[in-house]
Amino acid sequence: MSLINVQNLTKRFKTLTAVDDISFTVNEGEVFGFLGPNGAGKTTTINILCTLLSPSAGRAEIAGFDCAKHSDKVRAAIGLIFQDTTLDNGLTAYENLKFHAYLYNLDRRLTERRIDEMLNIVELSGRKKDLIRNFSGGMKRRLEIARGLLHYPRVLFLDEPTVGLDPQTRNTMWGFIQDLRSREKITVFMTTHYMEEAENCDRIAIMDHGKIIALDTPSRLKELVHGDIVRVVTADNKQAAIEIENKFGIIAREENGSLSVETEHGDEFIPRLVNALTVETRSVSLQKPTLNDVFLRLTGRTIREDLMENGRAVMREFVRTHRRAQR
Amino acid sequence: MIQFRPIYVICVREFKKFFREKSRLLGTLARPVLWLFVVGTGMSALIRPQAGFSYVQFIFPGMIGMTILFSSIFSAISIVWDREFGFMKEMLVAPISRLSIVIGKAISGTAISVAQAVIILILIPFLGITITFSQFIEVVAVAILVSFCITSIGILIASRLTSLDGFNILMNFLVMPMFFLSGAMYPVTSMPPALRQLTHINPLTYGIDAFKHVLLRGSKPPLGPEFSITLDLFVMLAVSIVMLTLAALSFRRKD
Repeated sequence: MSLINVQNLTKRFKTLTAVDDISFTVNEGEVFGFLGPNGAGKTTTINILCTLLSPSAGRAEIAGFDCAKHSDKVRAAIGLIFQDTTLDNGLTAYENLKFHAYLYNLDRRLTERRIDEMLNIVELSGRKKDLIRNFSGGMKRRLEIARGLLHYPRVLFLDEPTVGLDPQTRNTMWGFIQDLRSREKITVFMTTHYMEEAENCDRIAIMDHGKIIALDTPSRLKELVHGDIVRVVTADNKQAAIEIENKFGIIAREENGSLSVETEHGDEFIPRLVNALTVETRSVSLQKPTLNDVFLRLTGRTIREDLMENGRAVMREFVRTHRRAQR
Repeated sequence: MIQFRPIYVICVREFKKFFREKSRLLGTLARPVLWLFVVGTGMSALIRPQAGFSYVQFIFPGMIGMTILFSSIFSAISIVWDREFGFMKEMLVAPISRLSIVIGKAISGTAISVAQAVIILILIPFLGITITFSQFIEVVAVAILVSFCITSIGILIASRLTSLDGFNILMNFLVMPMFFLSGAMYPVTSMPPALRQLTHINPLTYGIDAFKHVLLRGSKPPLGPEFSITLDLFVMLAVSIVMLTLAALSFRRKD
């Protein structure tokens, strides 16, 4: 059953078409991701779905309600976690959650129990009475997850949920989301420009210049790139290379003491390769194409290159490479 | 259209934050206290009592008006802070009407302003002024209406203000002129005609005029009230309703 239904959605700002005639559906219980560079139209789409923007053309429906016409019904059915934090720094964790419960008219008898339950899940029970001002970035994000799910939404929207978080916190966050998914049976709709993060999705829509250029499961998307990379180390690489060319018609390249072979369905190719070689095989490894390769294949650019166009992104990239270099 | 739980919780949040930020309370109260005790008593030495009222007594209604003006505008500007720090989004994506958000902000802003006006009233014995208990009640009643009106104006402005950069412009081109053209510190009846016109379109003039009706009872212009109390109260109420309606509509706009 589809929970989110988007038909020919278009959003124009003065001269710019941010979202250009896109259609897709998201099934109940699915983790659905929008992947694309900054400015691809991901956030605009989310803002239309969560009723903050009205579409220029087309329709968007959540749980059967039109996002433009029945805003209140849609708002009650969704939870949101935005790119930038939307907590009140001057209130405590508990007060932020209680404020939310009142806005969403959560049953009074249920409120306290639900707040404790959610704080427990995101491991913030000990900080219940602390002001948000004293929270770290990761703690704020966790509290926002707790708040986003407090009112039992059917869809949780995550707009670039882990921007600005270190890789470790990012992983913990995904742990919480997966954990919550198994408890609450919610649908997750997220946007990201991190490849690794998109891997957590059941299906991914790749967006570029306001259009959806591909939509499928991560593994099927990667099949768009013809060629896994199989690396093999043998007792006699030269002999092995000749055998591979003779038997499979593929040219193997030798680099750093190993042979690399590009092939479709590398996982199926490995046993055939090992059986076919007469020389001793010492190790075989398979490198799957990444979503970045998919994006490269579809647009001729990498998402990373696109990031570099944007000044803020340049700084972020700079900081990240430096951190990586230090490690 | 109007939902009580969201309005209630928006108010509770504002009160909590108000009591946590002691500097804000101190800031809004320091200004009128300074005027009354330093400028007021200083000027009293120069200006002789007229029609039985001292200068401090004359500016007292204006000082209550000033306390309300700054406190209400500051409360309303919290909307811009909320937007800047993202919290506004939390309210905008909730299943509540825009009118409820606006009313919640208006009620909390009003309550905070009235509380500060009452604190100023408590200072009365130290200024050598006496008021009756019924005058006290009437001042509080007028203060509620004036605070509601000024907060509503502030909310409408805040709903269109995209960043805190506009705050200084607002203070210099709206709040300060409103104060100086309201008859708070000096009679405005003898001002040049162009400025007189401005005092007539200034809502605060009518608010301070209503305070004068209560506190400078029986005195005539230029010292006493200029308009009838009915007109004063009517203007306050009408401006509030128009401003709040426009603010709610302005929040609903989605682009």
